[in-house]
Amino acid sequence: MTDLDNSVKEMKSNVPEFSVTELALSLKQTLEQNYSRVRVRGELSRVSIPGSGHMYSSLKDNDAVIDAVCWKGNLSKLSVKPEEGLEVICTGRISSYPKSSKYQLVIESMELAGEGALLKMLEERRKKLAAEGLFDEERKKALPFLPDVIGVVTSPTGAVIRDILHRLEDRFPRHVLVWPVLVQGDGAAEQIAAAIKEFEAIEPRPDVLIVARGGGSLEDLMAFNEETVVRAAADCAIPIISAVGHETDTTLIDYAADLRAPTPTGAAEMVVPVRSNLLVQISEDQARLVSSMTRLLSEHRHRLEAQAKGLGDPARLLEIKTQNLDHLGDKMTGIFKQYLSEKKSGARELGARLYHPKDRIEEAKRNLTNWTERMAVLGKKLIEKKQNELKNMASILDVLSFESVLERGFVVVRGADNNLITEVEQTQAEQQIQLQFKQNKRIDVTVGKTRIQPIKKKKTKKENPDQDSLF
Amino acid sequence: MAEKAIKDLSFEDALGELEGIVRNLETGNTKLEDSITAYERGTQLKQHCEKKLKDAQAKIEKITVGKDGSISTKPLDEAG
Repeated sequence: MTDLDNSVKEMKSNVPEFSVTELALSLKQTLEQNYSRVRVRGELSRVSIPGSGHMYSSLKDNDAVIDAVCWKGNLSKLSVKPEEGLEVICTGRISSYPKSSKYQLVIESMELAGEGALLKMLEERRKKLAAEGLFDEERKKALPFLPDVIGVVTSPTGAVIRDILHRLEDRFPRHVLVWPVLVQGDGAAEQIAAAIKEFEAIEPRPDVLIVARGGGSLEDLMAFNEETVVRAAADCAIPIISAVGHETDTTLIDYAADLRAPTPTGAAEMVVPVRSNLLVQISEDQARLVSSMTRLLSEHRHRLEAQAKGLGDPARLLEIKTQNLDHLGDKMTGIFKQYLSEKKSGARELGARLYHPKDRIEEAKRNLTNWTERMAVLGKKLIEKKQNELKNMASILDVLSFESVLERGFVVVRGADNNLITEVEQTQAEQQIQLQFKQNKRIDVTVGKTRIQPIKKKKTKKENPDQDSLF
Repeated sequence: MAEKAIKDLSFEDALGELEGIVRNLETGNTKLEDSITAYERGTQLKQHCEKKLKDAQAKIEKITVGKDGSISTKPLDEAG
């Protein structure tokens, strides 16, 4: 530097000559000396974070632009997540990159510029997370009535943890696990989010969580607006109470928590009931239990006694009942006896009607003999009857026989061929005929030539001769 | 009346059941046998609640995360 100054002096009249590198390095030194710490306000634009992890961007206002860079190591510590169009105030130094001699702002920390811009950004973030359903009522979990273990995420020092512990002690001393975290500044959000997540996995697992911080400016409370913290609270399986800042302060974690307490002390009140009240309640309950039971028992006793009076003398009741029983018993025996005797006589009757098989056989035998005898007699009679009938028939036949007619003097006239001649017309003159007398004695005769007139007034001439000839 | 084992009941559930029993007995409409059973259970519930209330010792611990990520607890120095 001094060399350069000297050279400038020496060569006043004669413009000195530098190498490009010399000038570039000299400019770089000048910039870094004079602008070793600057705060600059502007709008972030052309934000890009390539694989190297460094952030390249530029800060601009209406009339000017300055390139800006944030090295990887610093980027993660920024309390504001660099976003396009964000109005920020950056703190850092100006440096130049000799290879192109472009100067740039090397950002060391970043904060949001102005409350209005901050609130606008928070509102946008709230809307975005709400749209994801992170704040939905259905996600809200009920707080346990009496937790055994309470987890508290807060700074281990300061009034907040003391207030919570004192109030818990007053109401209902419990097992409290404190997860110490930074509540503002670089890395606070990450610690808070990690503590909320880790609490789910540790033993003993808390039944309820309190995430707390005392009052502060909007910027002081920023960690509780960070997306990572809000998401951790929303995803936490343990019921969670947020108690950040004063009652009038609202941070995004309040929307994601299951319950929002106005103050850390308020959170302690929400998380446990008042032990002494419960003890009183229990002893009152017991007193009511005993008195109502006593009353119930005495009521029952009185009712029992009243009913017992109405019952009368058991011995007398018993006598009447015994008498009834005896009476009924006698009646029953009588009925039973009658019934038995009826049944007995019925049985006798039936027995009498019952044949012994032997008797039936005897009877059958008798029948058989009887029928056999009757059949023998009948047979004999039948033969006799038939014989008589035969005899009768024979005599009738006898009577009817032509022989008997012959007995009475009639004859039978037969032709040559032994055929009967019953008509005169059957005869001719000179015809040989035969006359049969009784005992079948026959004589041959010849019909004469002369024909005699019939004796009776017969008209037929032919008949007459025959008849004449016969008589 | 849910016949859950009393020792498994949370304080809130036990208290709720006790209140229910007391109200029921106070109406006087319970059968004698039922009321005796209810009374016995009520007494046990009350003992259970008292036991839960007796367990009221504060134990304040601070969580420390080791360099290897291991988590341990140690008493919190409240004054600190």
